[in-house]
Amino acid sequence: MFRFLFDRDTWQEVLDSLSKNKLRSILTMVGVWWGILLLIGLLGSARGLENSFNRLFGDFATNSVFVWGQRTGKPFKGFQENRRVRLTLTDAKKIEENVEGIEFVLPRSQQSVTITKDFLTGSFQVAGDYPLLDQLQKKKLTHGRFINQNDIDDRKKIAVISDGAYEQLFKKDEDAIGAYIEVNGINFKVVGVFERGNVNMGPSTDVHIPFTTFQQIFNRGDRIGWMMITGKPDYSIKQIEDDAKLLLKNLNDIHPEDKRAFGSFNLGKEFKKMTGFLTGMQFLTWFVGIATLIAGVFAIGNILLITVKERTKEIGVRRALGATPFEIKRQIVVEAVFITLIAGIFGIITGGWILILLDHFFGQGDEAAIVNASVSIAVVFIALVILVILGTLIGLIPAFKATSVKPIEALREE
Amino acid sequence: MLKIQQLHKSYPIGDSSLHVLKGIDLNVEEGEMVAIMGSSGSGKSTLLNIIGILDEADSGEYILDGLPIKNLTEKKAAVYRNKFLGFIFQSFNLINYKTALENVALPLYYQGMKRKERQEKAMFHLDKVGLANWAKHLPKELSGGQKQRVAIARALAANPKLLLADEPTGALDTKTSHDIMAFIQKLNDEGKTILMVTHEEDIANMCKRIVRLRDGVIMEDTKVNQVRAEQYV
Repeated sequence: MFRFLFDRDTWQEVLDSLSKNKLRSILTMVGVWWGILLLIGLLGSARGLENSFNRLFGDFATNSVFVWGQRTGKPFKGFQENRRVRLTLTDAKKIEENVEGIEFVLPRSQQSVTITKDFLTGSFQVAGDYPLLDQLQKKKLTHGRFINQNDIDDRKKIAVISDGAYEQLFKKDEDAIGAYIEVNGINFKVVGVFERGNVNMGPSTDVHIPFTTFQQIFNRGDRIGWMMITGKPDYSIKQIEDDAKLLLKNLNDIHPEDKRAFGSFNLGKEFKKMTGFLTGMQFLTWFVGIATLIAGVFAIGNILLITVKERTKEIGVRRALGATPFEIKRQIVVEAVFITLIAGIFGIITGGWILILLDHFFGQGDEAAIVNASVSIAVVFIALVILVILGTLIGLIPAFKATSVKPIEALREE
Repeated sequence: MLKIQQLHKSYPIGDSSLHVLKGIDLNVEEGEMVAIMGSSGSGKSTLLNIIGILDEADSGEYILDGLPIKNLTEKKAAVYRNKFLGFIFQSFNLINYKTALENVALPLYYQGMKRKERQEKAMFHLDKVGLANWAKHLPKELSGGQKQRVAIARALAANPKLLLADEPTGALDTKTSHDIMAFIQKLNDEGKTILMVTHEEDIANMCKRIVRLRDGVIMEDTKVNQVRAEQYV
């Protein structure tokens, strides 16, 4: 049945009739070429965007929620409403011990402070932090190190400052590491400088100092600003948030239905929205790509139909010389499939070039908008298979048209 | 060779129909050279098309080389055409993007012959019509007479029993016409059965038998003394 595909004559015939009218063949191909080009280009870009999102959030524990205390909204157990709720280290510890699926609970405190260095001064957000922070929200350190456990244990007066704070407090090219800055009248030694990325989760911080030091110099006792709760990968962060809040309400004598007492920001939920958007975009890409492809294949069918009309006489001659209708149909279908395939392969190649260009112009550096824009071989293969199927189906229309004319009528055509 | 009895054919024209062939009886023996004459509308082309299995009669009998031609499938008709019949057309009908050699080889391709064998055979026939040097040329590079000779080579390639020619000299000047006729006569001398439609008296006289059609019936069927075309060449 398919032996003719390996017959040199079949291809000779196809090439002859295609090269006979080069312009027509090329115009026919443009539609499919464009469709595949779009499909590959769009899919690759979508993948690139996804990669860049993943890279941005890759250093970030996305399965996490921030919780902080506000004021109560309901009176409970003799307490009036509008009571200030303050989270404590004990709360954090209890949550870590009792809520299921928790990976880390990270307490944090933050305050706006005036910092002086020599004659330069400015207002900065200073946060008390544990080394764990560096693990959950990767800090990009340009110089030095982040806070370590020693600093926590010994309540060392050291600081890790942002590039922004460095620019305000230091002269150009001055070495920050080992220098002292005055926080609230107390000297802190700078041990690290970090770069602030584009994406910041939670309040932005200019200066990190050890948590224990912070609590001491600002007289916080065991009261904390807020806590960051991270769930294990296969636990729902929404459930963890609800469980943690309920536990906190219990511990702090707050009405279980009180919605106002705690504020929270669920990173996991927000992140899901973003990935949902990406999935939607990928779907759209497939839709647009396939639709364009179908339009392109229809264009091929259309032009082949015209061609068949043009070639009515030739087909008549062939039939007079002994071509069976099946042979004529086969010929036209093979032409259609061949033209679609060639155009498709060209589209894939040029689509690849587009992706290379995208990568070259938008894919370089750490802050690239598109990272490693690419399409998997499986997708390319699927696209080709779809092309062959569509090409065959669309080729059948002109093929049947060609043999529906009686040879005598075909020959009479002038 | 060819036996036709009470052949009728009509074409629908709008609501009515045009009765083109009104009962044709015709016998052609092997080795004959028959001219079918008649004014336009006499049904001569229709008759040739039915003999060529390009068209089908409404009623009547048509037996070609002992085989009844009736209710053939398209596929079978194609095989019969390929095997028994060679066509020569007024407008040559060469495929314009194929070389002379490829045109001649086409019926052999549809026979399923191997490429090499096909090319050799096509070359042999092309040589026979004296165009071996033009094998690689496209039809547009050939003169009218050369085109018709390529067409004749193509008609001969499959070694058909019957050669059908529809106004073979209609598009050619007198000198070239005589050239072509001389060649066709030579083929007939070699034993090929030839049937041609023409409306030129002198061309018809170069055949051995003239059948005159008028309004769908045979008016006259006479054997003639063949005028040899060579004397004009």
